[in-house]
Amino acid sequence: MLTDRQRLAYIAGQAADARLNVELETEGMTLNIGPQHPATHGTLRIICRLDGEQVVWAEPSCGYMHRGYEKLVEVRTYPQINTLVNRIDWLGSFANEVPFILAAEKLMDVEATPRAQYLRTAFFELSRIANLVLFLGDMGVQLGAVTPVFYAFRDREHVLNLIESASGGRFHPNFNRIGGLKEDLPKGFIDETRAAMKTVRRFCDQMEELLVGNEIFEARTRGIGVIPREVALQYGLSGANLRASGVDWDLRRDQKLPMAWDKADWKVWTHPDGDCFARYWVRLQEVREAASIVDQLLGGLPAGPIMAKVPRIIKVPEGEAWVSTENPLGQMGYYVVSKGDTGPFRVKIRSASFNNISVTPWVLKGVYVPDVITILASLYFILGDIDR
Amino acid sequence: MLEQLTAELGDALVDHQLRAGDDLWVRIRTDAWRTAGLAVRDALGCDYFCYLSGLDWLPSPFGKSEDDPTEPPPERSTEVKQGVAGGETRFQVLARVESLAQRVGITLKVDVPDDSLTIESWSTVYAGANWHERETWEMFGINFAGHPQLTHIYLPSGFEGFPLRKDFPLLARIVKPWPGIVDVEPMPAEFEGDAEASE
Repeated sequence: MLTDRQRLAYIAGQAADARLNVELETEGMTLNIGPQHPATHGTLRIICRLDGEQVVWAEPSCGYMHRGYEKLVEVRTYPQINTLVNRIDWLGSFANEVPFILAAEKLMDVEATPRAQYLRTAFFELSRIANLVLFLGDMGVQLGAVTPVFYAFRDREHVLNLIESASGGRFHPNFNRIGGLKEDLPKGFIDETRAAMKTVRRFCDQMEELLVGNEIFEARTRGIGVIPREVALQYGLSGANLRASGVDWDLRRDQKLPMAWDKADWKVWTHPDGDCFARYWVRLQEVREAASIVDQLLGGLPAGPIMAKVPRIIKVPEGEAWVSTENPLGQMGYYVVSKGDTGPFRVKIRSASFNNISVTPWVLKGVYVPDVITILASLYFILGDIDR
Repeated sequence: MLEQLTAELGDALVDHQLRAGDDLWVRIRTDAWRTAGLAVRDALGCDYFCYLSGLDWLPSPFGKSEDDPTEPPPERSTEVKQGVAGGETRFQVLARVESLAQRVGITLKVDVPDDSLTIESWSTVYAGANWHERETWEMFGINFAGHPQLTHIYLPSGFEGFPLRKDFPLLARIVKPWPGIVDVEPMPAEFEGDAEASE
């Protein structure tokens, strides 16, 4: 027997279904996603105008973490700036230092010693692993799978310990110097790295089993947030976001820098789809390649000094230099203008996330609200890298 | 190789070029900025937009913001001296585009007229230039004619002034001067007396 209440609910439900079948009447509303949201890796607010469940207009509002680095560097010396740029992409700090130091070295016409070049590249890849491992786990959390992120934090710890053992800093190593590195490797570093790289590879396998083959994961990511090749290039997307749109471009391979990437054997992975799944898959492969690069470089590490001969007080001759590298988040570059002083006249910091996130008004148009989170997570940005 | 192509495309457009090592700088005449953008995109195949930003060539009137506030500020030169590829104005806009097929990039510079501080917008040439122009407008006060929405991107909407201009002081250093110059406390009087007594 139905109670009156149940019967009324049934009738209301039937009426609602009938309305749905006739015409979906919706009302526009504005939804703020963030500033505090796990998908934003910091404080980013996305203002979405919705029509029902669909986004009709979206605009990110950044600046919650703007620290004005481009102004601050003008009153600092080159070695001091090294500590500042550490904090741009805080998950892969070492990688931020490298292009800046390379730009200063280019202006000074100094080149790091071969051993320093090898170690720089190895640490660069270690910071890439530390950064992307977190992405691989975090993407699961955004879709409701909690397990991957615990694995990610567990295994990233090994990589952070390595960086700490060499440089003393877990997140902000500040390990680069103009002309080389601060110190040589500690004892036993190479063996520990081999073990850690094994852990990283196991982590990648686990992620592949947990997420990539997972039906729910595929349903939530395949065909969602597709960015075609032309759009990606127009907006200046870089890194894995660009490679997931089928563009075979990697600055580690495609430009000549005094680094040691060409001394290792590795592959640039691309994916033709340009959707959230492609971006995840490309990064997963990248972590594996990075682990292999680290192993190879530390295996063939040349002996020799860690620092080239540089003057005690660093004065950079007048000139302008642009150096960019393939950072975990994408192309990161510095345009350094020097007037022959101990500090630069102007530095333009080209960070990857600023361009990567500028595509969101385009890509979020017409998607459903839950997919907004998937797309943001898959574009993968760090707020410090947007706001600088 | 790129120099030839650029010259072919717009012999009148390009004022000055310079090449150092592996980089190429091109300076564009102000009124041809957008045309040049279309030319590098379509004719040179530079499909990848890297960045766009501004340069203020005025030497900072505050030096390195390390002056002692109790003393009159030292005389500083106000001579505006442009960098690579030259220039005639205080402000310049620079942009970088890259060709993925040829694996090369170009840095383009353009003078910004001192009186109007306005140049053409690239937002219809490269979609990604939209945000970079907003940032340049906010930080340098350079206007971009034809930009759909020049609004603040980092700073709060009521912010006054253009922080990356050299004559905009670094406020943190004015509120609290740089340590090592005024933070040194004077020696206590009794020690001074001791020193005198021992002499």
